[in-house]
Amino acid sequence: MSARVSTPISQKPIRKLLVANRGEIARRVMRTCRAMGISTVAVFSDPDRGEPFASEADEAVALGGATPAESYLRADAIVAAARATGADAIHPGYGFLSEDARFARACEEAGITFVGPPADAIAAMGSKLEAKRVALRCDVPQLATRELRDASAAALDAAVRDLGLPLLVKASAGGGGRGMRIVRAREDLAEALAAARREAAGAFGDDTVFLEPYVEAPRHVEIQIFADAHGNVVHLFERECSIQRRYQKIVEESPSTALDDGLRARMGEAAVRLAREIGYRGAGTVEFLLAPDGRFFFLEVNTRLQVEHPVTECVTGLDLVRLQIEVAEGRALPAAALVPRQGGHAIEVRLYAEVTSEEGLRPATGTVHRLSFDEQPGLRVDAGVAEGSVVGVHYDPMLAKVIAHAPTRAEAARALARALRRMRLHGIGNNRDLLVGILEHEEFLAGATDTHFLDRHPPASLAARARDDAAQRLLAVAAALAGQAERRAATRVLRTIPSGFRNVSSAPMRVELASDDRTYAVAYRLGRSGLEAEVDGERLSDVVLHEASPAAVVLQVGAVVRRFAIERRGEQLYVDSVDARAALRELPRHPSGEIELAPGALVAPMPGIVLRVAVAVGDTVAAKDELLVLEAMKMEHRITAPVAGTVATVHVGAGDSVAAGTLLIVLSAENGSGESDV
Amino acid sequence: MAILPTRVDRTADVFRENREGMLAKLAELDQQIALACAGGGAKYLKRHHDRGKLLPRERIELLLDQDAPFLELSPLAATGTDYVVGASVVTGIGVVSDVECVLIAHDPTVRGGATNPYGLKKALRAMDIARENRLPLINLVESGGADLPRQSEIFVPGGATFRNLTQLSALGIPTIALVFGNATAGGAYLPGLCDYTVLVKGQAKVFLGGPPLVKMATGEIADDEELGGAEMHARVSGVADHLALDERDCLRIGREIVARLHWRKRGPGPSARADEPLHDVEDLLGLASLDLRQPIDAREVIARLVDGSRFDEFKPLYGANLVTGWASIHGFPVGILANNVGILFSEEAEKATQFIQLANQSDVPLVFLQNTTGYMVGKAYEQRGIIKDGSKMINAVSNSGVPHLTLVMGSSYGAGNYGMCGRAYDPRFLFTWPNSKTAVMGPQQLAGVLSIVARQAAEAAGQTVDEDKDAALRKIVEDQIERESLAPFNSARLYDDGIIDPRDSRTVLGIALSACHSAEVRGTRGFGVFRM
Repeated sequence: MSARVSTPISQKPIRKLLVANRGEIARRVMRTCRAMGISTVAVFSDPDRGEPFASEADEAVALGGATPAESYLRADAIVAAARATGADAIHPGYGFLSEDARFARACEEAGITFVGPPADAIAAMGSKLEAKRVALRCDVPQLATRELRDASAAALDAAVRDLGLPLLVKASAGGGGRGMRIVRAREDLAEALAAARREAAGAFGDDTVFLEPYVEAPRHVEIQIFADAHGNVVHLFERECSIQRRYQKIVEESPSTALDDGLRARMGEAAVRLAREIGYRGAGTVEFLLAPDGRFFFLEVNTRLQVEHPVTECVTGLDLVRLQIEVAEGRALPAAALVPRQGGHAIEVRLYAEVTSEEGLRPATGTVHRLSFDEQPGLRVDAGVAEGSVVGVHYDPMLAKVIAHAPTRAEAARALARALRRMRLHGIGNNRDLLVGILEHEEFLAGATDTHFLDRHPPASLAARARDDAAQRLLAVAAALAGQAERRAATRVLRTIPSGFRNVSSAPMRVELASDDRTYAVAYRLGRSGLEAEVDGERLSDVVLHEASPAAVVLQVGAVVRRFAIERRGEQLYVDSVDARAALRELPRHPSGEIELAPGALVAPMPGIVLRVAVAVGDTVAAKDELLVLEAMKMEHRITAPVAGTVATVHVGAGDSVAAGTLLIVLSAENGSGESDV
Repeated sequence: MAILPTRVDRTADVFRENREGMLAKLAELDQQIALACAGGGAKYLKRHHDRGKLLPRERIELLLDQDAPFLELSPLAATGTDYVVGASVVTGIGVVSDVECVLIAHDPTVRGGATNPYGLKKALRAMDIARENRLPLINLVESGGADLPRQSEIFVPGGATFRNLTQLSALGIPTIALVFGNATAGGAYLPGLCDYTVLVKGQAKVFLGGPPLVKMATGEIADDEELGGAEMHARVSGVADHLALDERDCLRIGREIVARLHWRKRGPGPSARADEPLHDVEDLLGLASLDLRQPIDAREVIARLVDGSRFDEFKPLYGANLVTGWASIHGFPVGILANNVGILFSEEAEKATQFIQLANQSDVPLVFLQNTTGYMVGKAYEQRGIIKDGSKMINAVSNSGVPHLTLVMGSSYGAGNYGMCGRAYDPRFLFTWPNSKTAVMGPQQLAGVLSIVARQAAEAAGQTVDEDKDAALRKIVEDQIERESLAPFNSARLYDDGIIDPRDSRTVLGIALSACHSAEVRGTRGFGVFRM
């Protein structure tokens, strides 16, 4: 328990810092650097060339490549980038190289300050088994575990006997839920082990797995720790991150509703003991599983800044990145960190480029056309993307973290839900509705959160709660009216005549608008008596149109005035109102006009006589092969195969006289897409 | 520029009575309109829809630019006759691919779209509008040709249909036929004579003689498709320029054809600020007299038709029964002649003549707002030369080269109808309000004149006048003339281009003016000899 710092304490001010990361965390780190007067260097991959973090840095170094392995995981290239720009420190952010002890060591060897814990501490905590041994040494409670090298039936029986059921199978080198399996029945164990091994080997290059008892309805509560080189080790209270989807956190908060002062102190002290034991320095997080009865079990230590660090910053008023840099510079933690205070309640949600549907969540890609929030006190947005950002497939699909800090949890939840509802995010599918659905759920508001929250409440149903059907229909009407205004404004003739004027009114204007998952048939009339509108045949009663321009529609529903902002991007119409929004596309009124001939149907181009048929049913032909020769006006016309394929039918024979347009031969194309009209 | 004030008293009994009466008339018209839209009735509409086909107005809606206006013409043709209201054809001016066009659409739910005498008149009138205003013409064809039992009223005048099509083409006015169904016998020349044709696959049938006729004529056995199917015409005969997969596809192709015309209007287009009138158009309902013996305040009407209620009056102190002046409607400059009090004296006739000449000098279209009982009669006026002055006005109206638009607000009696550009004076468009009456004179006057003539004849023959018989005769005549003066009666006979809601007047005039500007807007520089 005597964690004395072995390295000499020398002050080494950082002048220029390279962020070995991308997106929001790169911007987050650079923001503090700017405040501290430290120059910044970004590194970026090819797809990230135009991203905000790369352009906002004082200097930026191209890493090339697109995948993480080709770019942000290239330790040598990053160290070289630091050398090339004269950066004297590297902040690894989270993910990528942040918990790679070799990288930390490479930095030190290159004489570059690594803004993170010592390489040894990273290495020690990087192995779950080693971490558990350390926890055991310093009396931090943990679940009994068993490493299973022997997968014999006897060994499995013994494990089940000792640990009980249910069991959790975990990858030793894992994280983020990968390589994890819950086993509720003995007979499923062998298969779960094998699957976990395969996944662990694939993901981490290490197929070591272990077993531990599985706690039902647990919470995920983690303690933020901070240590400096002067022997100070503190904890900055807890964060609760129980709401997870496939072990991926999406809502995080501090404080946790499950902790009282006593439990908080016990968990905090356990985390500090652990940090001292491994000679920790810098920011770290000790993760615990908290059982409903108040028992807590050590899970692992994350030797880096966490994604969810902002909630701690909000409640403590501390800048964790600043503390990291100060510690890395060899300075002692300030008094405010040594005697931290926990004020108010902060909740963070992760806004992902992920669409919630009945089938589950699916990643979305695209260009962010707009991302903006209302001004709102206590709201913090850490966004990786800006307008124009392209969200591709290579990296984590997180668009932004949105954090609300308020005196109480209820208020924070309300403020955050409001901010999300009002957010204008165009161009990319996202999980906003899911987040709002969670934040407004009575169970969440009652603090009844555990890691199975999203199993009890499927994302699709939560997202649906955030969406009001009547409000959606109104959005469709607003979009139709904005489209109407746009068309009227663009017309070259009769522009000042009332929209859709009819002296004989037989039918309303009709527009079909499609969203991701459905279409709305909007009918409207703008007559002397004002707006009459229908959606899907249902009349909207008591609606008055105050204004309709291409960008803004104001409707009064009953006595309530509702404003809609409309923005067109190509075919998409983005409609935002106070608490509802939609991305809609106007469907064309007419068909595209593409000729739908039977695929591969060849017809006579002119009347004539069939001289010969060169193929028979079943023959395989290559593109441009002769199929048939037609004689017309004393000229021979060769009918050739437009695509490679097989002769399906032959409709004529030699000597037949055929009219123009007569079906001659049908080919089935090789790839099934052959479509031709000779 | 002067702005017209309003002094309308919305609480006055006459205003409220006019308004209620007008609303009642509009409701009656709406019933007639509903009949027109119902075509051949529910059974035939359903059958047509069940075949996957669209109604004429549905076709038109899909042909028009979304949200653009459509001014239907002569919607009440044939009202009160043996034929269906609307005469089984829909015509109008609409915007297709940003081009104002004249549309003529047969209604196949009424006797297979067969042409009746009123429908023929209506279609010919639409063609005249296309020609005079240089508007591309789109025919939405589905017609079995002439209604054979009525052929005597159709066959001879109907030939003009085809002649018109070729003449429009010769004038450089594009003609398009979108063929949705039968276009047989004479109807086959509709696509035959248009610049562009689109035939709907599996629906269009275009032939001079169908299978029975061919069998009778030559003994040949052939089916519909061989004789006139869309595929055959697209691939073999060349009658079809485009083969449409279905009706919507046909309408899409029609829109593309128009877009590719690269049409340019020849008029100067709107040039003034097109702001709304300052005063409420709703007031027109109360301003339009139901009892035509009550005057209609022309300036109150003008104040609700013209941009910003701006009106610069010409000769306001002379010939005060006729208001003349300059304004703009939807940005199009106009000269307005409006009867303020129904009678035209020599001063009014002279003022009108000069004003028409001025409009021609500056190429400004004229709008005639009619509420006239004719030129003044009587010894003093005859001696002052009312015939000469009326003749000048009729000469000026007849030979004026600028577009004329006529709106009948109230009475249109006697030579006043002529001088104020009645139907025979070929205004580009003539619309009427529901309260208006058009006749040689008012019913009471006409009956009275007949009575006086009869009395004179009786007296000359030495007979005594049977007062009861005279009163009964007067009543019969009065009722007949009253009925035949009414707007629906005249509209049924194509003596106007439609009865409009007074509140739509500004919009309708705006659409009409814009149509006029498709052609060159140019006044005449020479008139006939004025009798001085």
